[in-house]
Amino acid sequence: MADLTTVFAGIRSPNPFWLASAPPTDKEYNVRRAFEAGWGGVVWKTLGEDPPVVNVSSRYGSLDFNGARMIGLNNIELISDRPLATNIAEIKAVKRDYPDRAVIVSLMVPCEEDKWKAILPIVEETGADGIELNFGCPHGMSERNMGAAVGQVPEYVEMVTRWCKQNTRMPVIVKLTPNITNILMPARAAKRGGADAVSLINTIQSVIGVDLDQMAPMPVVGGLGTHGGYCGPAVKPIALRMIGEIARDPEMAGMPISGIGGIGSWRDAAEFLAMGSTTLQVCTAAMHYGFRIVEDMADGLSAWMDQKGYSSIDDVSGRALKQFVPWNQLNMKFKTIANIDQDACVSCGLCHIACEDTSHQAIAKTRVDGERHYEVIEEECVGCNLCAHVCPVDGCITMEPQPVEGHLTWPEHPNNPHRVMA
Amino acid sequence: MDKQPMPSPDIATGRLTQLELNHNFSDAHPPLTHEQALVEAERCFYCYDAPCIEACPTSIDIPRFIRAIATGNMQGSARTILDSNILGGSCARVCPTEILCEQKCVHNTLEEGRPVRIGQLQRHATDWQMEHGGQPFRRQPETGRRVAIVGAGPAGLACAHRLAMYGHDVVLYDRHAKAGGLNEYGVAAYKLSDDFAQKEVDFLLAIGGISVVGGKTLGVDFSVGELKSDYDAVFLSIGLTGVRQLELEGEALDGVQDAVSFIETLRSMPKTDVPVGRRVVVIGGGNTAVDAAVQARRLGAEEVTLVYRRGAENMSATAVEREWAQTNGVTVRLWASPVAIVQEEGALAGVEFARGSLNESGKPVYDADDRFFIPADMVLKAVGQIFCHDPISGEEIAIENGRIMVDADYRTSMKGVYAGGDCTPGEDLTVAAVRDGRDAAEAINAALSSAA
Repeated sequence: MADLTTVFAGIRSPNPFWLASAPPTDKEYNVRRAFEAGWGGVVWKTLGEDPPVVNVSSRYGSLDFNGARMIGLNNIELISDRPLATNIAEIKAVKRDYPDRAVIVSLMVPCEEDKWKAILPIVEETGADGIELNFGCPHGMSERNMGAAVGQVPEYVEMVTRWCKQNTRMPVIVKLTPNITNILMPARAAKRGGADAVSLINTIQSVIGVDLDQMAPMPVVGGLGTHGGYCGPAVKPIALRMIGEIARDPEMAGMPISGIGGIGSWRDAAEFLAMGSTTLQVCTAAMHYGFRIVEDMADGLSAWMDQKGYSSIDDVSGRALKQFVPWNQLNMKFKTIANIDQDACVSCGLCHIACEDTSHQAIAKTRVDGERHYEVIEEECVGCNLCAHVCPVDGCITMEPQPVEGHLTWPEHPNNPHRVMA
Repeated sequence: MDKQPMPSPDIATGRLTQLELNHNFSDAHPPLTHEQALVEAERCFYCYDAPCIEACPTSIDIPRFIRAIATGNMQGSARTILDSNILGGSCARVCPTEILCEQKCVHNTLEEGRPVRIGQLQRHATDWQMEHGGQPFRRQPETGRRVAIVGAGPAGLACAHRLAMYGHDVVLYDRHAKAGGLNEYGVAAYKLSDDFAQKEVDFLLAIGGISVVGGKTLGVDFSVGELKSDYDAVFLSIGLTGVRQLELEGEALDGVQDAVSFIETLRSMPKTDVPVGRRVVVIGGGNTAVDAAVQARRLGAEEVTLVYRRGAENMSATAVEREWAQTNGVTVRLWASPVAIVQEEGALAGVEFARGSLNESGKPVYDADDRFFIPADMVLKAVGQIFCHDPISGEEIAIENGRIMVDADYRTSMKGVYAGGDCTPGEDLTVAAVRDGRDAAEAINAALSSAA
């Protein structure tokens, strides 16, 4: 059995699955249920100053696709709307009862050193394992010069991180906003400020949809809508890219990363680990199905690690990074060609029409003995993979790598006017 | 229940209560809920050059209408269907989809027996249209041309609608009081429950320009020749009005009846007033036989036996229909040919059958000495419907293989006279009749337009 135990910036947890700072971690009641279900840790929903913020009614919007619910979720909720003392008392009680689990407290107070100095000892007193600085919330709080308003300015990130490091013994995790052009800028700033770890991605600014009857962005609040923060399965590719960028950055070397963004299964988890995460934060999937989803996540990850011979999370973490390269390092001599398994083909014609209308006219539509027949024209196939993606039958269209002769990257390519001359 | 022994044959009305009858003749396959329809629509791969389209005699763009359901474009979905098949609502209910569109659904390759439920989705869309949208087509400016159509069944209705769309005026004659043809008088009641056939006729006629003249019989009240002189074109969709006989002694006995007339009676009367035998034998292997047998059961017959002279694979009723009969408590007996209608004291007692099999050369043979007897109070004959030539016997209309000969444009040998549906060669399916009517209308319109 693979060992799922993680040590992240000095914080131990029995498995890498943490609940992200969000509604599921807003209360003792929820967090106890989460720990009973098997979660390795939680990042308590962001605490702020008293008086607590006030949330509106009608808070979430869902992106559904082809019958699948909530492939994306956006929210216009703010940080915890409960008094600080209530949260603090509950955190303390939970940590006392679950000493083996990671309990991280997310924080967001105005950008003034005194405010941070004031709240840190209160949190420290709970026995929490660490703090996560919410520099990511892209709605509501950012308009109050908090959340993403901080995360988008590297100097502020560095400054606040430093204040925290100077005023607490707890490990400091900096949660990064994806609403930025270059994720390395705030990540490096966090490092300069002394951060023990980074976590990403926070939600993406979004309008999830428009109510065409009310003519208002969703979720509609009394006839009006506002932009929100987008998360869920649909943001996974964005998260993977940003995590990979940080993980492979020489300046960020050694900085632990807690991966966040659409993780809903053990496979997602494995991918986030491979791209450089060591812990994983989940929210939307739990909000969709409840805390029980962690069972298959942990079980599936463990089984997969056993099959692959990985004995610990560290074995997996960052495993794909060496293969995550800038485009310029790709071998332009590589060629792959689509192959249709005629026995598996159901003759839906989707590969043909996709290729014919939108790609390279490389799949011929014919009739053989009156039956529909689709065949790859190998000379025309550029190996774009589109047909394999649209084919509804698993394994019917495979991309077959061809023998490669030599190695040629764009910097060396004759068509490149700026090529590196030998 | 105490019952006096009845003299044979025991044929009676009211074997079941009104409540039971209501239940038995309600929708055999209730519609999908909107949620079910969405789930089903999402299953469709939206195939390109989809095999299901090719399998539909009216070539409905099935992936397109299903995608429209999935996207919530119900109006577009229904229009896509109705554009090809204005009787899409009844076809959704009566088509043997298991041998048409759904048989060709590529899902069968992936998961056998689980095609996308195209028929049910078609019903979902057309029901929506009839409930919310009404007649979706508008007439083109009136042309002043007049076309007579004889036979207001699916072929005649489809032809009338398409001609009306082109701005022609149509008079639709039928020997029955109501339009609808087999949908109204010939199909099992539970397939088109809630008076659907009439609702669909009303929906179709709402385009305008079509007047229905009921209760007028070709060859009795008027002739093709007269129509020809009164109208710019004539379309004959007069169906199959003859029925094959068993050619056995005793066919005229009380209790021996054509399945077609049994069903017509059942469709035309309150179910409580329809007489049915206690023990019923249905002879035949087609959909009419199944419809008669199941409806006899649902009227309260205790024992219904459907007897077919050959094997299951030879039946023209589909496997789905056969199973439907069996799950409705109909006993299906194969390889038995009727040899005698047995009487007792001048009254029907039952039918004697000879057992049969395939001989070495693959021909069915029946052993006159190997017989069995099935007692019956009622015998329903469903051994085939045939074209009755009488209404057009005086005309210059050529007949081919027992049906009206037509060319690719549905023209008969008589100038200006077209024909389609069951009275012409081809498969006897509602959906094929609709195609005939629609395409004949296209041909008539082309001819009228070029003659203008």
